[in-house]
Amino acid sequence: MATTHVAPAESEVAQQPDRVVNDLSIQVATVNGSGSQSSNMVLLRALFQMGIPISGKNLFPSNIEGLPTWFTIRASKHGWIARRKEIDFLVAMNAETGEEDVRSLEPGAACVYDEKLNLKRLRDDLSFYPVPFDQLVAPVCPDAKLRKLVRNMIYVGVVARLLQMDMGEVERALRKQFKKKVKAADLNFKAVLAGYEFAEKNLEKRDRFLVERMNANAGKILMEGNAAAALGCMMAGVTVVTWYPITPSSSLCETLITYMKRYRMDPETGKATFAIVQAEDELAAIGMVVGAGWAGARAMTSTAGPGISLMSEFVGLGYYAEVPGVIFDIQRVGPSTGLPTRTAQGDILSTALLSHGDTKHPLLFPASIGECYSMAIDAFDLAEELQTPVFVMSDLDLGMNYWMSDPFPYPDKPMRRGKVLDAEDLKRMGSFRRYKDVEGDGVGYRTLPGTNHPAAGYFTRGSGHNEDALYTEKGELYVRNMDRLQRKFETARRMAPGPVIEQAGNEVGVIAYGTTHWAAIECRDQLAREFGVEIDYCRIRAFPFTDEVAAFVRAHHRVYVVEQNRDAQLAGLLRLSLAADEISRLRSVLHYEGLPIDARSITDSIMTQEVGN
Amino acid sequence: MATTTTLPPRKTNRIGLEPAAYKGSRSTLCAGCGHNAITERIIEAFYEMGIEPHRVAKLSGIGCSSKSPAYFMGSTHGFNAVHGRMPSVATGTLLANRTLLGIGVSGDGDTASIGIGQFIHLMRRNLPLIYIIEDNGCYGLTKGQFSATADRGSVLKNGVVNDLPPIDTCALAVELGATYVARSFSGDKKQLLALLEGAIAHRGTAMLDVISPCVTFNDHEGSTKSYSYVKDHDEPLGDISFVPFFGDITVDYDPGSTTEVTLHDGSRLLLKKLDRTYDPTKKLEALRVMTEAHEKGEVITGLFYVNTEQPSFIDLLNIVDEPLATLPESKVRPPQSVLDEVMDSLK
Repeated sequence: MATTHVAPAESEVAQQPDRVVNDLSIQVATVNGSGSQSSNMVLLRALFQMGIPISGKNLFPSNIEGLPTWFTIRASKHGWIARRKEIDFLVAMNAETGEEDVRSLEPGAACVYDEKLNLKRLRDDLSFYPVPFDQLVAPVCPDAKLRKLVRNMIYVGVVARLLQMDMGEVERALRKQFKKKVKAADLNFKAVLAGYEFAEKNLEKRDRFLVERMNANAGKILMEGNAAAALGCMMAGVTVVTWYPITPSSSLCETLITYMKRYRMDPETGKATFAIVQAEDELAAIGMVVGAGWAGARAMTSTAGPGISLMSEFVGLGYYAEVPGVIFDIQRVGPSTGLPTRTAQGDILSTALLSHGDTKHPLLFPASIGECYSMAIDAFDLAEELQTPVFVMSDLDLGMNYWMSDPFPYPDKPMRRGKVLDAEDLKRMGSFRRYKDVEGDGVGYRTLPGTNHPAAGYFTRGSGHNEDALYTEKGELYVRNMDRLQRKFETARRMAPGPVIEQAGNEVGVIAYGTTHWAAIECRDQLAREFGVEIDYCRIRAFPFTDEVAAFVRAHHRVYVVEQNRDAQLAGLLRLSLAADEISRLRSVLHYEGLPIDARSITDSIMTQEVGN
Repeated sequence: MATTTTLPPRKTNRIGLEPAAYKGSRSTLCAGCGHNAITERIIEAFYEMGIEPHRVAKLSGIGCSSKSPAYFMGSTHGFNAVHGRMPSVATGTLLANRTLLGIGVSGDGDTASIGIGQFIHLMRRNLPLIYIIEDNGCYGLTKGQFSATADRGSVLKNGVVNDLPPIDTCALAVELGATYVARSFSGDKKQLLALLEGAIAHRGTAMLDVISPCVTFNDHEGSTKSYSYVKDHDEPLGDISFVPFFGDITVDYDPGSTTEVTLHDGSRLLLKKLDRTYDPTKKLEALRVMTEAHEKGEVITGLFYVNTEQPSFIDLLNIVDEPLATLPESKVRPPQSVLDEVMDSLK
């Protein structure tokens, strides 16, 4: 690499333009349980409708009411939607965090705050906008009980005025938010207008941040990853869903319930073409998936790290007895209870090898809501074709936050149900051997309980078995079976989604996966613009890794594996898969503070490590 | 060479199958194990009821008891799952295919210790499943440690005395919502067969706790789960007979002395009353007789509770009549218009 210069280029620090248009991050600091989610969604959606690329991230406590919560909106004309560490525009509604929130702002930032908090005294390098929220809300909302909820709509109006947002879009966003509740929408819009008018009359614009209409979002949708995954599951034809509530996964199954009740009732009989069960714990949830998968259903569960730990034993059974099932892991910060409402990619290594003995499982790594949808569909096909548990490794950032996407495509291929023999097949064949590798891909043929043929039945077990599914403890037969399972994993390698590679013969490469993608691509831009350093990029989408991943590593002197955990877990899996001379090229960029990774952190880490080269 | 030998007419059941069709592989349990006697009654019950073996799914957890599904109905799909977790696997199986007749075999360790949580929730859901506990009061496969159904004061071969009270799985099942709850003894052929046949005809959770002495580790003087103890202390609730819906067996009962229960498929259970009026449709009665028996050190057997009105879990879920597992793509993948509708709502 040509440069050893770490400081960012001049333009970033010294020259502050007078106007910054469509390039800012807004943070709203509130107390949870105060109804701020609706206000924040109105702001987010209005900016989205104005055609500006956006993302919205909710930073919330593991609590229902009374603790600090932050909502961050990033609007970027360049399309960068990863989290940005620097906040340009703060709305400080929380007395408890106000001072710290203000102290953490960059010079030149703006701060709308509740007048009572008297934050202006803290700094003289910010633009402060005090707002008397209590005085403004009283005339708008005579019902004192509702005031706490409506109060937060006032800042929407203030921010809209200060950023010069399109009020037509604000109203449209608000009415969408309240759907059919017209009265509530009217009341809340009155509060927005009160804020807008107050700002118009009393607040002189002194900061640099503005928004203007763009046309980057035509046709796009706005959705949370868990909802997108739920939609994918429904379109994948899932029939048995078993789950146990856990943050940040619950909204996946809850959204799925809504979709299924609406779109999956049999029109002729009015009965459900599915069964959804809230299990007594994660052990039972995965046990039901294994039972249903064994009996031929497309079965799934969704959980987070603690649930994954509990599911370990059953997942080993699924692997060894070869039962399909789909498990969503919406990762949060561990170990143990960890930080339940913060994001991480911390379950990669333990899930890949989940359970005792020699076990390993295909993992899919969605990076976008589009992939939450498409990989849900892929996962069911893979699970049934490979007859094994398949994991979709989402995370809190993707699952619970709002992301933009092109509309999802309708599945272009029929469901692939795998090697299942029915009574007709058996009549023709006479018999079958459950665990015989007929085609050399390591995947045997199975029959389903209820198949009306005397040769259909077999005894499924987690103990040692031969090709006929009969109990055996013979070492030779054990080895043959385990080697076949290894062949099956090679089949998984061929079938799993390959990486997305952008390669132009550069010396340095970056590997990322899942939500880290968004910060990684912005980091590439920063490296190119600020340091003149071009790097190649490989986004891994599945484990086992396809051969293209090894080829990418070989093609570079140094490859930075960027991930959101302490132990370089994906790099660890790569080390298990790559040759020695490939392994020596790997470096790590690690981020594990619980907030979504940002581009600047990656850029800084790579530049620091590059100095030594 | 021509032959004129006429074979004696083969013994078949109402669907033309011979008893052999209901047998499984040879038992690898100890000779004389109570579990083997239960296996024989299961074979007999399914044969006599004329159940097509392919319609059945056999499920079990881990332990000596859980091996036994391999020893009956060999052509039927079976799943020997993980320790204590058969209920969840059974639940998934029956959700995937509601047309299956599920029979789960568990043990007292598998049910009352490691599996008590799943047992409780299974009973609560009233999943249509025959749940058999082959109950010997000890862990046979790990050489005889006490289980949670061992009676207080019972003694292990090595002299260790159990000083904790037993869990009464039948009392729990009644309390929690199972709709067919009985206790029997592996050595009582007639009663066990009738109870199993009744369980097959029932639609809901049928929980049978079958005392089944462990001949190797728990069949001695100090054991309350030994053959001799149970034989001496067995207090049947009543003489029980089962009349299948297709049967016309004449039952030798004085009508005044019987209670009759009609099961879902039209079969009838006849209970001959003993010295007191026992009504198996009353939960409180069931709990009373069980508590009294504990106090007296008796092993009370028979049908404690039956409820044919309560909807099963499958009914509550309002699932289509066909197996979910094999619904065609047209039923489970909504059309393009649905996806479009959802996408439009998110724009």
